[in-house]
Amino acid sequence: MGRVLAVIIWIITLLSVLLFVSGKWWFPAPISEHAPALDRQFLITIVVVGIAFTAAQVGLGWMVWKYRDTGSSTGDRAIYSHGSNRLEVVWTVITAIIFIGLGVMGQSVWASLRLHDAPPGSYTVEVVAQQFQWNFHYAGKDGKFGRTDPKFIDDGTLNFVGLDSSDPSAADDSVTASLAIPVNRPVELRLRSKDVIHNFWVPQLRFKQDLVPGMEIKVHFTANKVGKYELACAELCGQLHFKMRSYMLVLPEEEIQALQALPQEQFQARLQELVNKYPLPTYQ
Amino acid sequence: MSDVSHEGVHRHPAPTGFIRKYIFSVDHKVIGIQYIMLALAAVAVGMTMSLLMRLNLSWPGTHWPILETLFPTGAPGGIMTPEFYLSLVTMHGTIMVFFVLTTAPQGGFGNYFLPIQIGAEDMAFPTLNMLSFWVTFVGFIVILLAIFVEGNQRLGEMFSALGPSFAGGSGTVGPIGGWTGYAPLSALGKIAGPGQGAGMNLWVISIAIFCVGSLLGALNFITTLLNMRTKGMSLMRMPLTCWAWFTTAVLALLSFPVLLGGGILLLLDRIAGTSFFIPSGLYVSGVLSGSNPNFPLHTGGSPILWQHLFWFFGHPEVYIAILPGMGATSHILATFARKPVFGYRAMVFAIFAIGLLGFFVWGHHMFISGMSPYSAIAFSVLTLSIGVPSAVKTFNWLGTLWGARIRFTTAMLFAIGFVSLFVAGGITGLILGQSSLDLPMHDTYIVPAHFHLVMGVASIFGMFAALYFWFPKMFGRFMNETIGKLHFWITFIGVYAIFVPMHIMGIVGMPRRYASFAEYRFLDTLHPLVVLVSVAAVVTIFAQVIFYFNVFWSIFKGKKVTNDNPWEATTLEWTTATPPPHDNFAGVLPTVYHGPYEFAVPGAPNDYVMQTDVGAEVPSGNGHNGHKH
Repeated sequence: MGRVLAVIIWIITLLSVLLFVSGKWWFPAPISEHAPALDRQFLITIVVVGIAFTAAQVGLGWMVWKYRDTGSSTGDRAIYSHGSNRLEVVWTVITAIIFIGLGVMGQSVWASLRLHDAPPGSYTVEVVAQQFQWNFHYAGKDGKFGRTDPKFIDDGTLNFVGLDSSDPSAADDSVTASLAIPVNRPVELRLRSKDVIHNFWVPQLRFKQDLVPGMEIKVHFTANKVGKYELACAELCGQLHFKMRSYMLVLPEEEIQALQALPQEQFQARLQELVNKYPLPTYQ
Repeated sequence: MSDVSHEGVHRHPAPTGFIRKYIFSVDHKVIGIQYIMLALAAVAVGMTMSLLMRLNLSWPGTHWPILETLFPTGAPGGIMTPEFYLSLVTMHGTIMVFFVLTTAPQGGFGNYFLPIQIGAEDMAFPTLNMLSFWVTFVGFIVILLAIFVEGNQRLGEMFSALGPSFAGGSGTVGPIGGWTGYAPLSALGKIAGPGQGAGMNLWVISIAIFCVGSLLGALNFITTLLNMRTKGMSLMRMPLTCWAWFTTAVLALLSFPVLLGGGILLLLDRIAGTSFFIPSGLYVSGVLSGSNPNFPLHTGGSPILWQHLFWFFGHPEVYIAILPGMGATSHILATFARKPVFGYRAMVFAIFAIGLLGFFVWGHHMFISGMSPYSAIAFSVLTLSIGVPSAVKTFNWLGTLWGARIRFTTAMLFAIGFVSLFVAGGITGLILGQSSLDLPMHDTYIVPAHFHLVMGVASIFGMFAALYFWFPKMFGRFMNETIGKLHFWITFIGVYAIFVPMHIMGIVGMPRRYASFAEYRFLDTLHPLVVLVSVAAVVTIFAQVIFYFNVFWSIFKGKKVTNDNPWEATTLEWTTATPPPHDNFAGVLPTVYHGPYEFAVPGAPNDYVMQTDVGAEVPSGNGHNGHKH
């Protein structure tokens, strides 16, 4: 029984490790500047995790193989030991160094993304989520966002974000259902929600952020590859949560400038053309 | 204190009537079995729900006639609606976490064996003990009611007489919110979609009732352990099971009140128009807050407050679920390794360290919630440090097996399985505990993979080990070992096949709590794994049918126990009759002379020295033998 259990533990360990190293399933290719550092931290962590997992399972298998009761002689007894204080100290210190060290290492990516404001000159989009739809609000030609207030929100007349039409800087603003951002330039998203908590998730960007009603949360990043990417909601928001999909387009700077200069209807139409034009990345 | 036995205070005569003996019993042993039966009923419901979820994920759009019969609105034409799926997600999590993982390990086995293992006649407050079970039972009835009130049109209409927020019958089997019930989705009421009316109210009420039951239980465990240990049972002579139940009770005492408070505030937001968790200016389903009687004015609440309150409870809850499994595993490993527990003192410190640190890491559930990024750094580093006492426990379990003479009973197989699964599930905490890596990993399938392995399956393996181990003492009959081993092999391999691939899904980025993945091309590549997981789940769930059969068949027909100590174990439960009499030790409380795990003592006539063996010579070891106060 001991040997069967040992072999099964080892086979499970081998298959689990193979699934991870097969390379068949992994992150989609990254498109943000911080992603390589994050992917590296993930790789270091998962190698440590893999080694610890394998060592513990192989060790456990070895114990049950080697120390099974063979019943060979009746007077044969286990080793009488209550432990070793020296071993306790050794393994406590070693795991503390590795585990806490990993945690401290991981903070650099976090700090670069979350402890600073977006650099000056960032391209800013206001994101307003609602039950099962994304709204992206652009400042237009004047670079100034028109004032918004929940009391002006009216889904019936397509004023999804509550733009105040009496504010002159609102006149050139556009609100769309897809997100368009420039390539190789810092982007700041100002995230809000109209109803419940949603979450902004583009796998290729390697970050998530909740959109919390009653709060405006700012995130910033730089996308470095032109293309079309799927944008998902990653916080349970109700019945059609799984259908709350949009697209994020990363476009050349001049395309963004051209879009920004268009009045809302043409902005929306042109963006839709671009959404149709760009293919999704090919996933293996 | 440990020498005081409080004679006369707890002694109550054995009841004779059926109702006082088996239903409203104050005997901790009967109450323990009641908790275990409650958990067995709840796990059947929770598991059936997971089966339905897997069927929907891997074979979407399939016509299931049985669903059409049972839930004509939730599954019209036998095809599951997304809201039906999401209510399954919510109810599966809630039932499993509260009514299975919090009842069986603590209320069940803890109730039955803590008093016996410390040499007490009963719990300190037997009537309170009875109350804590029946309060918990009411909580379970209320959560079941949520299924029918939302699933059944007629019942839903009846409930709407209680007020507009109580309207049900939306065709789900409960609310949509996940077991975490994040506000404001959970606070807004019917206007936020299906399941948010009566189902959500009953969900909150059920959890609040459950909190009360757990609190009563926790008070009882702590008092009993501190005051009622028999002569010679010093703290450091207690079995590790008792340390685990005690620490669990302390965690429950400090965390459940916070959830109870949060639940009451949430209920007030829902039915009394308060705004604890609802900010101003919300616009839901085309209606602005305050502009319409269907959606009264709310202002000034904080959705993140709910998350703090929930996770301040929710993270210790993870340890409430698994600590008793750790205790049972240590206990059973030593017994069948025929060896003392390696590093008993370190094990006790590790249990305490896990319990203590468990209160300082709740923020790792909230890295991406919008809370301060500086607090995320503190939560992240503290979270990784909790891996240290967890690793210490693992090393000591391996140390216990080193140089052993292992007897592979079914209980031992499950205890070894616990160690394997605890490592497999716990180790990925190193990934999820890092705030930066949480950015891509949060709310993907790697999260359910991680917590199912460690707090779900490992805890359950601890309970399986406990049940196979203690069943002969509880019922006077053994569970069938052949069926037990079959149950172990299928379950052990099955759970790995279910949960390891889920890690890969998480890396690719598959979000959890999705009723369907059809909208997303980047998830297409995962389809073979989704099907693999579902097939593994069906097989594993089938193996649990074998387990249920084994339990109920063995109660009546299992091999009879002929010896009060069939496993040649050392602790007090094996010194008394089988099953133990009403007052546990037939009027004579035992006296303890040794530590709990004196196996393979050189020179002793047998390879085990029971705690009550007065004449046995035991070397002093490494200072492990507690000293009498």
